[in-house]
Amino acid sequence: MSAPGHSATRRPTPSGGDAPSCGAPGEPTRASDSGPPSENLVEIRGLCFRRGRQVIFEQVDLDIRRRAITAVMGPSGTGKTTLLKLITGQLHPDAGTIEVDGQPVHRLGKAALYRLRRRMGMLFQSGALLTDLSVFDNVAYPLREHTDLSASMLRKLVLMKLEAVGLRGARDLMPNALSGGMARRVALARAIALDPDMILYDEPFTGQDPISKATLVALIRQLNDAAALTSILVSHDVMDTLAIADHVYVISHGKVIARGTPEAIMADRSAWVRQFIDGLPDGPVHFHYPAPELTEDLFTRRSV
Amino acid sequence: MLLDGLARLGRSGIGAAERLGRAHLLLGAMLMGAGEVLRRPRLLSAQLYNIGVLSLLIIGVSGLFVGMVLGLQGYITLVQFGAAESLGVVVAAALVRELGPVVTALLVAGRAGSALTAEIGLMKATEQLSGLEMMAVDPVRRILTPRFLGGIIAMPLLAAIFSAVGVLGGYFVGVGLLGVDAGAFWSQMQAKVDFQDDILNGVIKSVAFGVVVTWIALFQGYDTVPTSEGVSRSTTRSVVHAALAVLGLDFVLTALMYGD
Repeated sequence: MSAPGHSATRRPTPSGGDAPSCGAPGEPTRASDSGPPSENLVEIRGLCFRRGRQVIFEQVDLDIRRRAITAVMGPSGTGKTTLLKLITGQLHPDAGTIEVDGQPVHRLGKAALYRLRRRMGMLFQSGALLTDLSVFDNVAYPLREHTDLSASMLRKLVLMKLEAVGLRGARDLMPNALSGGMARRVALARAIALDPDMILYDEPFTGQDPISKATLVALIRQLNDAAALTSILVSHDVMDTLAIADHVYVISHGKVIARGTPEAIMADRSAWVRQFIDGLPDGPVHFHYPAPELTEDLFTRRSV
Repeated sequence: MLLDGLARLGRSGIGAAERLGRAHLLLGAMLMGAGEVLRRPRLLSAQLYNIGVLSLLIIGVSGLFVGMVLGLQGYITLVQFGAAESLGVVVAAALVRELGPVVTALLVAGRAGSALTAEIGLMKATEQLSGLEMMAVDPVRRILTPRFLGGIIAMPLLAAIFSAVGVLGGYFVGVGLLGVDAGAFWSQMQAKVDFQDDILNGVIKSVAFGVVVTWIALFQGYDTVPTSEGVSRSTTRSVVHAALAVLGLDFVLTALMYGD
């Protein structure tokens, strides 16, 4: 298995003729129980995914290394959240393989997929807290569902998780009494409740004030290091993400356009990467959605 | 133009068939999860409260007025034939056989069904259902099935309360206001209302309505487009579809139960 580069970014394969076309989902590349575990927790090969006629991913290869924070970055609408849903088995690829710890997620039955998900935590963009449960009960929820812990042990565990995100004092609040930043921290406490091997963060910094954002940035790094987690961080928040990531993938137009360490990404000279990193209004990624000429639209077309 | 129309019709037919298929898959999944819910009665009791207890007021008040109207209308007709003493039978039979199960189902579809659809739809729109799946918790078994069973159990109980309160309403108007003999009112009701033909068939109807109303409400929420407009449309569809299904099913069940 090829790992993402460390010292320099690597260019994606060009689209079109040379790349194999998207077909049916492939066989796993190796048996799940053979040989030592790969250094990658997630291995994606030849991923193709479409929504209707729109191609979201075309022949994407991607590795997520164990015990590292891997950032997946790219402009809005490039399929970053879709990638997380594919990794967690919420969506199925049109072609290619997605293996998590050697298990082909897209081929697992419901029971096996749920077993695997117990080892994953996901922080949704919205927090996805259960609105009829208090903060304490939200964090306790996965423990109550999947363990037979005594009430006193469960309470201690929940309070420890809440302490880790700085919200032990908010245990009795309802989700509608929390700020956006607090809701995501509660969701993070819930995501780590079962001590997962991997956490997936979906745009954790969106809409956060500077204090909440800095808290979340530090929390993600600390959690990853303290619990030896594998983290996948999906974001278009360039500076905060590069500050804590060990590896970075930049995706756009259904392909990986760059990969490497944050330093290598910052030094990348390609127009795609520069436009994204520097926030340039125009470049390979156009600000305007495809449309006819403005003058033609304004003066010649009559229908509304 | 004609071909476009045909294509639209075809797409609409395929869409409807797909929705019907998804609805039946959901029904199967909920039935498969019923055992798990019965092992965790707290899940079920919470939904019995939400669907049943919180509907008591509207069911009681509606039952009272429907019974009073039946008493008044029944008396006006019966008195012309000198059969005002049969008022108790008319009121009770109408309530137990038809109005109790049907009106209760329509009211539950409007109060609890719409609430179920909106609740599940909003849980989908706010990613709470996805969040449960990511916690390896099956939302169908954990969230939908308790509501489904709660609706099935609550419906006949509510229909019984509706009918009982309706009979009291008929008694109040017929005996209290219009002077029908109380002994005749109760004794004729006791003598003529048959347990199997009237009461048992009414219970069977309300159980069937409970299945249909709750199933439609939960499916509309679970299958909603996860936007504000989508949830709004699903909630409307839930009430309309449930009402039509109840009325249609009532005819079929009535024909099966009482038709020769």
